[in-house]
Amino acid sequence: MSISTVSAGPAVSAGPAPLPSTPPARRRARSRGLLLTWGFAAPALVVYATFVLVPVGLAAVYSFFNWNGLGGLERFIGLDNYARALADPVFLGAMRNNALIVILSLLIQGPLAIGIALLLNRPLRGRTLIRTLIFVPYVLSEVVAGLAFKLLLPPDGPFDGMLTVFGWAGPKPLWLADPDIAFWTLFAVITWKYLGFAIILMLAGLQGVPEELSEAASIDGASWWQIQRHITLPLLGPTIRIWAFLSIIGSLQLFDMVFILTGGGPLNATETMATYMVEYGNGRSQIGYGSAVAVILFVVSLVVALLYQRFILRRDLAGAITKNG
Amino acid sequence: MTRWAAVAAASALALGLTACAPAGEGGADGDVTLTWWHNGTGEPLLGFWEDVAAEFEEANPGVNVEVTAYQNEELQRTLIPNQLRTGSGLDLYQQWGAGELAAQVEAGYVKDISEDVADQVDALGGVVAPWQVDGATYGLPFNFGIEGFWYNTELFAQAGITETPTTLDELYDAIDALKAADIVPIAVGAGDGWPAAHYWYNFALKSCDPEVLQTAQAELVFDDPCFIEAGELLEEFIAAEPFQDGFLGTGAQQGAGSSAGILATGGAAMELMGQWNPGVMGGILQEETGDAEATPPEFLGWFNFPAIEGAQGDPTAALGGGDGFSCSAWSPPECTDLLNYITSVEVQTRFGEIGAGVPVTPGSEAGISDPNLQLVFDGLQSASYVQLWLDTAFGATVGGAMNEGIVSLFGGQGEPESIVQSMKDAAATL
Repeated sequence: MSISTVSAGPAVSAGPAPLPSTPPARRRARSRGLLLTWGFAAPALVVYATFVLVPVGLAAVYSFFNWNGLGGLERFIGLDNYARALADPVFLGAMRNNALIVILSLLIQGPLAIGIALLLNRPLRGRTLIRTLIFVPYVLSEVVAGLAFKLLLPPDGPFDGMLTVFGWAGPKPLWLADPDIAFWTLFAVITWKYLGFAIILMLAGLQGVPEELSEAASIDGASWWQIQRHITLPLLGPTIRIWAFLSIIGSLQLFDMVFILTGGGPLNATETMATYMVEYGNGRSQIGYGSAVAVILFVVSLVVALLYQRFILRRDLAGAITKNG
Repeated sequence: MTRWAAVAAASALALGLTACAPAGEGGADGDVTLTWWHNGTGEPLLGFWEDVAAEFEEANPGVNVEVTAYQNEELQRTLIPNQLRTGSGLDLYQQWGAGELAAQVEAGYVKDISEDVADQVDALGGVVAPWQVDGATYGLPFNFGIEGFWYNTELFAQAGITETPTTLDELYDAIDALKAADIVPIAVGAGDGWPAAHYWYNFALKSCDPEVLQTAQAELVFDDPCFIEAGELLEEFIAAEPFQDGFLGTGAQQGAGSSAGILATGGAAMELMGQWNPGVMGGILQEETGDAEATPPEFLGWFNFPAIEGAQGDPTAALGGGDGFSCSAWSPPECTDLLNYITSVEVQTRFGEIGAGVPVTPGSEAGISDPNLQLVFDGLQSASYVQLWLDTAFGATVGGAMNEGIVSLFGGQGEPESIVQSMKDAAATL
């Protein structure tokens, strides 16, 4: 069995690598190969089953019970928890917030990231420094970034002070305390945090666009803009689609930044499905109800992921999953 | 996922795992190991409990005490319930009492220590009630105080206020005087929910007969009109606009921007808060100034929540609460010995000396060194009836819904009726 080395670069490629061709294998060799495959996969599978599959299954079981997390599961209530969640205006508001963040991330972060990546992809003095600076917010943990903004943004806090220095006299918006503004503040912080990741991803994707094409196009008299429009962007498609996928899933499961920055407030204005789950499940000793919310979140994410893969990533994934033999 | 993200995730996981790992198994030198969890993550309490554990080990050869501090909400909502469910590995643990304790007792996780601590219960008197279920004792408090207004004496003088308010009308006068002097009257950490909710609790305490409150706690019935009245009094109070700007986003206890921080740094004249507040302010000032020796502000004063003319409730009743410990059902007998030691006059006197709270054991009050905690203690002694924090009394489910409804009223949404309705709805899901 030949072992091909795997490059340790970013896991973004414009397509699958060609598979090493194997000679027709004898049956014994095949069963040994199968054993090897499972042998290598087993530790990861055990960990995955223990920490992902079993908890998901348990959450599904808990969600059918009225259970405060103490004692045994005794009070089976069928789908009542689900009905209660889907009738709660706060939870519906949280779902709406998640949907808004998904859409806004795609519409605002995507074009911004692509634009900045295209600009940074040209020979430029200090390019490495700029790339590093852009990527720094993503390296910070969500908790640290969230706390930093929480400390910057109180009324008359450091941020307001900076605005005054720059000439904004008069009263400032209550960034985190006004229910009409807090959501947009949150979204701005999320954008600041994750834009760097999107840009780095796009830059990596741009590495995979052959320079010969743009050279040939410019010899043919195409402008820089035309080259980007007709050559670079189409070839960047797979990267954009993968980034959008990660962004959607991340937006649906958004928790830590909200929890630290606003705790879902003020007046539930920034509640997401995940913060609602923690507050109403764990925070109020209603583990059964919280589990039902967790299952809803899981199903929503799963459906979105499957539909996305089925209809949008289909071309990118074609051939990536190979049949044996 | 990029390699960086993978590395970050892996290290975060590793950090998380080490943070959750129990303290080293040091059972080799002892025949009995007691695992003790508390919420005193900051000094002076952290070191104090470690000292107490060491003293107990010394006095009881063969006993090994593993004491660990955890963040309050994590401990209360996640760590303790999860550990109790496993039926082992936890002996002495922080107990908030009332609704939560009743649920733990019902599930059979808590040891009935009525006989082992009978002397202590007799000595402590009424403050033990939140740690009792159906007449049996399941834990003991080590700290109990009542809530009142912590205020800045200098700002009061600046606004020409000479006497602390004793009635609601006088409080309104003080608010007007402070506003006239361009001082923010009251800081409130509505972002955390409960600090805002405490106003409603106090109004409910002044509007409702103690019997109504006791029935509400026992049966979770909120039909008495006094609960609506509490909301109406609160609406009136909010309409006077006594609070700082952006109070809906203000936290209670973290950093200079929190309500405790605003009071400690002279940004507001008052804050309604429990007896732990000077300690919280001292911690914030230590962080802000970088001076590890920073103490709570000198200008602090304290007065009880004022009485309301013509209200149904008991004018000398007070709202309060405390901290206690329970022994798990499977804990060894040494657990109760340790609990008795913690609540002994000697340890309680030292607890008063470090200024972390108000000791409860009679004979230990001499240790109260902080003059403000002395005021809290005197207020507690003179209160005819002490009502436990309503969210603790009603349990997390009803308490959470109640707090949320109250904060909505603070934010100009909802009605006095909707607070009571959300409490009833939450009670219906139990």
